[in-house]
Amino acid sequence: MVKIKEIVVPGQLLDEGKIKPGQGAYRDRADGKIYASRLGVPLKRRDFINVIPLTGCYLPKPDELVIGIIVDVAPSYWIVDVNAPYPAVLHVNDVPWKVEFGETSKYLSIADVVLIKISRVSETEQIQVSMRDRNLRKFVGGQVIEIQPTKVPRVIGKKQSMIELVKRYLNVWIFIGKNGRIWLNGEGKSTRLAIKAIRQIEKEAHTEGLTDRIKEWLEMNKSENM
Amino acid sequence: MEKIKLIDEKGKRIDGRGAKDLRPIKIKVHPLNRADGSCYIEWGTNKVIASVYGPKEAQPKHLQDPLRAIVRCNYDMASFSVDERKRPGPDRRSSEISKVIGEALENAVLTNLFPRTMIEVNIEVLEADAGTRCTGLTAAGIALADAGIPMRDIPAACAGGKVDGKIVVDLRKEEDQAGDADLPIAILPRTKEILLMQMDGDLSEKEFYELLDLLADACINISEMQKKALLDRYKQEEDVEEDKETEGKKTENKEIKKEEEE
Repeated sequence: MVKIKEIVVPGQLLDEGKIKPGQGAYRDRADGKIYASRLGVPLKRRDFINVIPLTGCYLPKPDELVIGIIVDVAPSYWIVDVNAPYPAVLHVNDVPWKVEFGETSKYLSIADVVLIKISRVSETEQIQVSMRDRNLRKFVGGQVIEIQPTKVPRVIGKKQSMIELVKRYLNVWIFIGKNGRIWLNGEGKSTRLAIKAIRQIEKEAHTEGLTDRIKEWLEMNKSENM
Repeated sequence: MEKIKLIDEKGKRIDGRGAKDLRPIKIKVHPLNRADGSCYIEWGTNKVIASVYGPKEAQPKHLQDPLRAIVRCNYDMASFSVDERKRPGPDRRSSEISKVIGEALENAVLTNLFPRTMIEVNIEVLEADAGTRCTGLTAAGIALADAGIPMRDIPAACAGGKVDGKIVVDLRKEEDQAGDADLPIAILPRTKEILLMQMDGDLSEKEFYELLDLLADACINISEMQKKALLDRYKQEEDVEEDKETEGKKTENKEIKKEEEE
């Protein structure tokens, strides 16, 4: 029997009194009580009550590493899709190469996949991204899959335990962007198995003791397939 | 032609329901994998599928609101949803319904969290048997929650009306067409705020308030079903099956009790 965390739905009473509503919760001005605004798992932390959402879109925060896809090229910048409701701008000053005006498409063109860092999110939700950091690069080869952005922490696991497990068993290169895009590169069969494992984790993200079950699952499938 | 008797001497309707009874409702959450959120609902013989995309950049750009998200709804009836083939595509009726449902949903969503974006709701009626706008709105509410969009509450909707001089809830096709009045409403179940209300036909003030109270109760029942459907998706499969079994027994028991009462 698998234990499941308590789930709340929008409009469900969470708490009343002095505690403050955090992410995924709101205080109704009419009665002063706190209600959930999203489908998710409630979590009390210090004097806040949050709802950790089960589904939803990615909202960028500064310094997060994400996987972006170039969607447009302009003379001095690129427009990048970072899986958020808003497009992101990658300026030529923020890339590790010296780019002449108008020669942006020589370096990155439409549909290229890049590992980038969110550098600034303005109040009006204008997003600026940067490639000027260690390890930030354009991906060559491999493939990208998308999962629910809200399930990224679960796929990574505590101290990366979950993803290290998958990497160790299957010998596949995996990079997970905070925006729910995952880049994988490795031998065909094991990559397919890794994708299956990630989908399994995504599906059972709200259950407990998942790392152990994924370990069993990998053990079983590895012996069958290889 | 002889007029059909819609309510018999015992106060039962043509399908055996009492005045306050709803048609059976079946809800499936997230039947579509490509959309961010979706819901399939069977309400009597109404079959409706709703999908939600977004929040995403608002298109066309002149509709963008720098302070909040906009909700765009598209209600459409399949050409095979009615007795005579319906000409496909938008028409006067579906544009109106799209507008009122979109506005109703906009008041449930916390739109200020996503400035300059758009939330797209598509409601496709596969089979129609009166009350499709309420069915569609109920499904859209679940699809929005499934897409992880922040809302004050999940909106629920239900229609009612006057048939053969009596106030009844959840009209079916014959009652809708031959009845005296039709009143679809949508509410936020927790606060009972009204999101949508339209009326066809005539009701006295007393009848109107009587029907409104009945509909509010019906919407609260529907809201419970919506919440249960959403939670069931995250339960283990075995648990859901167990629940269904016990539920089946419960309804059986209820039927037995009803018979005894009679």
